[in-house]
Amino acid sequence: MALFQLSRRDALILALFALVVVTMPVWTAPFGANYPGLMQKFAIYAIFAIGFNILFGLTGYLSFGHAAFLGVGSYTAVWSFKLLTMDALPALLLAVVISGLFALVIGFLSLRRSGIYFSILTLAFAQMSYNLAYSVLTPITNGETSLQLTLQDPRLIDLAFTTRGAGLPTASLFGVTLSGLSGFYFCAVVLLIAFFFAQKVFASPFGMMLRGIKSNQMRMSYTGFNTRPYALTAFVISGMYAGLAGALLAVTDPLAGAERMQWTASGEVVLMTILGGVGTLIGPVMGAWLIKYFENIFSSFNEGILSRFFDFIPAPLHDTVVAIASKFVGEGWQLTLGLLFVLVVVFLPGGIMEGVRRIGALFRRGNPPKAGAMRVQPAE
Amino acid sequence: MTTTERNVVLHVDDVSKNFGGLHALSDIDLEVEEGQTHAIIGPNGAGKSTLLNVIIGRLAPTSGAVVFDGQVLTGKKPHQINQLGVARVFQTPEIFPDLTVLQNVMVPAFARRDGAFRVNVLRSVEREAALRDEAEAILEDVGLADRRLSHAGALSRGDKRRMELAMCLIQHPRLLLLDEPTAGMSRHDTNTTIDLLQKIKARGMTKVIIEHDMHVVFSLADKISVLSGGRIIAEGLPDEVRGNIKVQEAYLGGAHRLEAVH
Ligand SMILES: Nc1ncnc2c1ncn2[C@@H]1O[C@H](COP(=O)(O)OP(=O)(O)OP(=O)(O)O)[C@@H](O)[C@H]1O
Ligand SMILES: [Mg+2]
Repeated sequence: MALFQLSRRDALILALFALVVVTMPVWTAPFGANYPGLMQKFAIYAIFAIGFNILFGLTGYLSFGHAAFLGVGSYTAVWSFKLLTMDALPALLLAVVISGLFALVIGFLSLRRSGIYFSILTLAFAQMSYNLAYSVLTPITNGETSLQLTLQDPRLIDLAFTTRGAGLPTASLFGVTLSGLSGFYFCAVVLLIAFFFAQKVFASPFGMMLRGIKSNQMRMSYTGFNTRPYALTAFVISGMYAGLAGALLAVTDPLAGAERMQWTASGEVVLMTILGGVGTLIGPVMGAWLIKYFENIFSSFNEGILSRFFDFIPAPLHDTVVAIASKFVGEGWQLTLGLLFVLVVVFLPGGIMEGVRRIGALFRRGNPPKAGAMRVQPAE
Repeated sequence: MTTTERNVVLHVDDVSKNFGGLHALSDIDLEVEEGQTHAIIGPNGAGKSTLLNVIIGRLAPTSGAVVFDGQVLTGKKPHQINQLGVARVFQTPEIFPDLTVLQNVMVPAFARRDGAFRVNVLRSVEREAALRDEAEAILEDVGLADRRLSHAGALSRGDKRRMELAMCLIQHPRLLLLDEPTAGMSRHDTNTTIDLLQKIKARGMTKVIIEHDMHVVFSLADKISVLSGGRIIAEGLPDEVRGNIKVQEAYLGGAHRLEAVH
């Protein structure tokens, strides 16, 4: 069936990517990042960034409000847990649908403008959602306390088949509890499906039209395309990805707060995408992993760890080095991230993926000239 | 002669366009017959490109209307006008600089096949063999087959123009508007383009062509309108226009160029 077909190259990339994701508990160990809570975040924010890149990377429309859809996904999932069932699938499904509808409205309004005005509109709508979640919408969002599970939740579907347990339930999939490593593997499978669909979009005529919009929107209209619904579809798809990511956050930790919708969270996904490589499939994933790693691991380094790390430096210098380095870790992790971001944007405008491509090109260039040189000699 | 006998497909009906106080077009009437090549010549700033902009819906006329094949184009969106069968090569190439040459030519083919909007994510572009073959054949026609995998943004100005022509031709438009299609091309490429345009003329495509190169104009045109200061100052068969004194005035020495074609 055409739906499941990939080119040989894409199938190979998907297989390698699946291998990397599934073995994550192994290769994250040396970095101290192999605990389930963080690996779940790696998978979830990769989904967020992949979806964001379908809009930004393909159409060029830069949204500064995608965290709103992440938040809507989380709220929807928690409500699904409270009202219906602790099973994860209905929660994901509902979150994708509701965040998609939300994206349809915001996208429809924001896409009346392009460039910086579009970005400002999305930012304004997201901040509006954030403020509403804290004020008017508290019956739905539970305001500052965050939306949480309670012992009195109706859970209509679950309680029709089983009786209420003593404590708070956890999310599950067909009766299997999703927490810790099982929670990570659930997120990992969803990530692979999300990645596969992104590959389909990238390779499709639809994806090519989106690239056309990014490259020359005016030419697209004079070529017979109604560009607005194309951009809107990309916007809705990326909103659904964000909603899916938000729902997974709720699956691994059934709690939804408005801070998830704040503009800093919207900015973070922009950074992830640019850091990794705009418009590439793998780039946003790498960006997401790098930023989540910095946020969770680098921020936990303290002077004690640094002191041990720089043990090899003789005593008089040792304290100075530790003192300087300590400014870049712990509380200072954002400083390091900021520096890294500046370096990447200045020297690798195409992000980490451009670095990878350049290294690849070096290797390829490194070999053929030798063969060419040997062929030249006999001619003399 | 009545309209029906001559089968006029494009009517420009009393079109005026002002930019503030500037009268870029004043009371333009133009009729283009099916299958003919209608050339518009005139000095710089005469309003030639503005006229094409009004036809394809990039600019709304201050007054008047454009009718193509019984449909009023004025007020329609650019993509709707294209979907009715009107394609244009711009004076400064409008292409997709970030896509490859082949992709540049395939994108318009999708617009022709799938219409103004269709979300198609099932079948990859790679598997669209029929469209790709067609695009490659047209690139062969315009002489860009060997550049098909290059980035379009890296092409020379003349090559961009030929590619843009290919982008229009793959749509099999019923009306093709060409704004200086050979500007920036070598003599050899200009001649190739003339041959190509003559070939498509044989297939019955209606064309409006703006050109400064009189060699191109007299090789292709069935009828010529001379535009100057936003007004049509002369119109007729090539031989009639060639002898028209007003035209030579408008060109101020361009008369030599007109003579040189004999
Ligand atoms: N969008 C616009 N806004 C304001 N003035 C314009 C605009 N487009 C064209 N003009 C003016 O209208 C007049 C006609 O311009 P137009 O581009 O149609 O000339 P042209 O005949 O195509 O000239 P050329 O041979 O140099 O291409 C010029 O004076 C130009 O400056
Ligand atoms: Mg012009």
